[in-house]
Amino acid sequence: MAILDPTMRIRTFDEVTLGYTSDQAKREAARCRGCSQAPCRRGCPIGVDIPGFISLVKEGKFREAAQRLRERNTLPAVCGRVCPQDRNCEKHCVLAKKGAPIAIGRLERFVADWEREHGMTVPPTPGSTGKRVAVVGSGPAGLTVAAALARKGHSVTVFEALHAPGGVLSYGIPQFRLPKEVVAAEIDYVCALGVKIELNTPIGKLYSLRDLRREYDAVFLGTGAGLPRLLGIPGEHLNGVYTANEFLTRVNLMKAYLFPEYATPVRVGKRVAVIGGGNVAVDAARVAVRLGAEEVVVLYRRTLVEMPVRAEEYRFACREGVFFRFLVAPLEFRGDAEGWVREVLCTRCELGEVDESGRRRPVPVPGSEFTIPIDTVIVAIGQEPNILALAEVSELLTPSGRFVGADPETGATPVPGVFAGGDLVTGAATVIQAMTAGRRAAKAIDRYLSELE
Amino acid sequence: MINFPVVGKTELAPGIKKLVVEAPSLAAKAKPGQFVVLHLHAQGERIPLTIADFDREEGTITLIFQEVGLTTFQLGSLEPGDTIRDIAGPLGRPSRVDYFGKVLCVGGGVGCAPLYPIARALREQKNDLAAVVGARSREFLILRKEMEQVCSPLIIATDDGSEGLQGTVLRGVEKYFREYGKPDYCVCIGPPVMMEAVCSFTRNYKVKTVVSLNPIMVDGTGMCGACRVVVGGEVKFACVDGPEFDGHLVDWELFRRRLQFYKREEKLALGAFLRKSRSAGER
Ligand SMILES: Cc1cc2nc3c(=O)[nH]c(=O)nc-3n(C[C@H](O)[C@H](O)[C@H](O)COP(=O)(O)OP(=O)(O)OC[C@H]3O[C@@H](n4cnc5c(N)ncnc54)[C@H](O)[C@@H]3O)c2cc1C
Ligand code: FES
Repeated sequence: MAILDPTMRIRTFDEVTLGYTSDQAKREAARCRGCSQAPCRRGCPIGVDIPGFISLVKEGKFREAAQRLRERNTLPAVCGRVCPQDRNCEKHCVLAKKGAPIAIGRLERFVADWEREHGMTVPPTPGSTGKRVAVVGSGPAGLTVAAALARKGHSVTVFEALHAPGGVLSYGIPQFRLPKEVVAAEIDYVCALGVKIELNTPIGKLYSLRDLRREYDAVFLGTGAGLPRLLGIPGEHLNGVYTANEFLTRVNLMKAYLFPEYATPVRVGKRVAVIGGGNVAVDAARVAVRLGAEEVVVLYRRTLVEMPVRAEEYRFACREGVFFRFLVAPLEFRGDAEGWVREVLCTRCELGEVDESGRRRPVPVPGSEFTIPIDTVIVAIGQEPNILALAEVSELLTPSGRFVGADPETGATPVPGVFAGGDLVTGAATVIQAMTAGRRAAKAIDRYLSELE
Repeated sequence: MINFPVVGKTELAPGIKKLVVEAPSLAAKAKPGQFVVLHLHAQGERIPLTIADFDREEGTITLIFQEVGLTTFQLGSLEPGDTIRDIAGPLGRPSRVDYFGKVLCVGGGVGCAPLYPIARALREQKNDLAAVVGARSREFLILRKEMEQVCSPLIIATDDGSEGLQGTVLRGVEKYFREYGKPDYCVCIGPPVMMEAVCSFTRNYKVKTVVSLNPIMVDGTGMCGACRVVVGGEVKFACVDGPEFDGHLVDWELFRRRLQFYKREEKLALGAFLRKSRSAGER
């Protein structure tokens, strides 16, 4: 598959990977052995019929392949681009042992892109059941629930606090990895199924959860994990220190990379330090490169092995000149007289005992402190659920009060008729996990609605 | 909902404008002290504005703002019949409206706009209400009649002395304390330096003083942390934990400094806009 050259791509926000041509796709699909056991399918949380769609690609039946994908996956053009295939489907491919698994993600993307370019066919929806469902949040979890329930003939309204739908797909993941036109087309598809999306509607403020429960037969909460975590170290509020959410929202949702044509500014200095090691950190680093930073360093307190990032993106970031320093943690940000950040004091770490996340805990090495001169910091150490919508219903929350408790199989919460799924329940995870939770919840909601009579 | 129609427009003072916007569900839920985030058009930025008033029957909200940056200038150029693409709200916690006894409301400049609905609500709770309002000069005083209806006395201070006392609102506050004794509670909204000055004065008298902070915001829903402020040593997100805070606990220096984050870019964007509209005007 063609890839934009690193020296070119760091000057633009154009998509890095260019996708297969029809011939390339057919050739790649022809490598699939169509194993009867389909181990790849076990690696896909949402259970896409991977061998099925790939064999349709091999035969050149792209539209049928798209339909096969959409039976289980509402957002194939998104998943084909951002899923961690190296940890899911492709890891289980029998060819992976030889080091060359079928490029399932690229094929998925090819099929979805082909469908978009050749006109999407929206399946007819059954007659209306007369049941009304409210979905809070228009990220992958909410969109999945909405599409699945609309297909069953329920009337679905999605409430979104921001002025654009998509959740992290719109505000978090950058254009060069997931073009916003692709996201918009996937959302158009969901709307074509009959789903209504109400923007600018912060639930818990404009309408309460109580209002929704009164007006609708069931409610699904998919408000994600939008609350940025902070380090809690000195200097974190100096000018020039961003949370990744602020930085990425300015750039992706508000298109600050087109300032002043777009009115939202973003400021990046010459030397940028990104704190963290996940997709968010790597995205922020690559955005900083594209905004003209001369040196971008990612400081991660563990090692490459523990880094929860899509393998391909790590490689791309390195090629784009992002520098990774492992086993390093910040202790303090120091500023100048005007209050702008100027350097970061760090400590080296080593890996100790395994912690509750199942990874070895980084332990600071005494006396190993050193400083790095920087003028911009992006803190990307994770997000937690933002419980704006839920302040009124404490019974929804887990004992820690930070997450929503829901049955992993059904999304059911302790409140009858209220379901939840996605990052809100699991903490920041992946698109496909959020969609899987959405798919399960949609089934349970459909059952719940049919029992309401 | 998107595309909110502007239904009324008034210029309250040079560069200070009032827009009435049709937004029935917002009007139904808004409470004094809350704000909205608005986004004028696809290329616009998101900015917070306090809800200066709301009319549940008419289904409208009122926004009062001073033209200081790109977005407020663009907003000021809207006329009835135009629309605002996105308005999200009501955001933030409502103002605490209880019976406190003797209450002093202090407003500086366009800060009188968010102050008025709070004052009115406090009056409805039977508080004994007085106010000090300040502006650069007489022509910049806004909502004076409205404030007079709910506050007595109403002490005025102007920088140039063209109305009331000459000097900052602090002069007015000092006068109030001198002549009427110390109040039980104080609400203060205005430019950061003014709020800080009033707070350091009332701190000496141990008069609880609530301020409304208006830091840089993006989403307004607790998602980005741009609006973070430090209050009593703790990090707070003004959009969800505020906008009102105990003024005696606010880290003012930090607050003022963070407001400067984008000064350079803001100037650039405004300059480009003004040049463009000037050349359009000449044509
Ligand atoms: C920068 C970044 C990069 C990522 N990269 C990847 C990747 O490569 N691969 C991958 O699989 N995953 C990735 N992830 C994670 C993935 O995006 C999330 O796990 C997924 O989006 C979660 O989906 P969700 O539907 O639960 O929530 P979200 O996508 O967070 O959507 C929640 C939506 O709810 C809205 N909302 C919140 N509160 C309210 C309210 N009170 N009322 C109304 N609406 C509300 C929010 O505005 C938002 O639009 C990334 C995340 C980030 C931040
Ligand atoms: S404005 Fe983004 S968190 Fe407050």
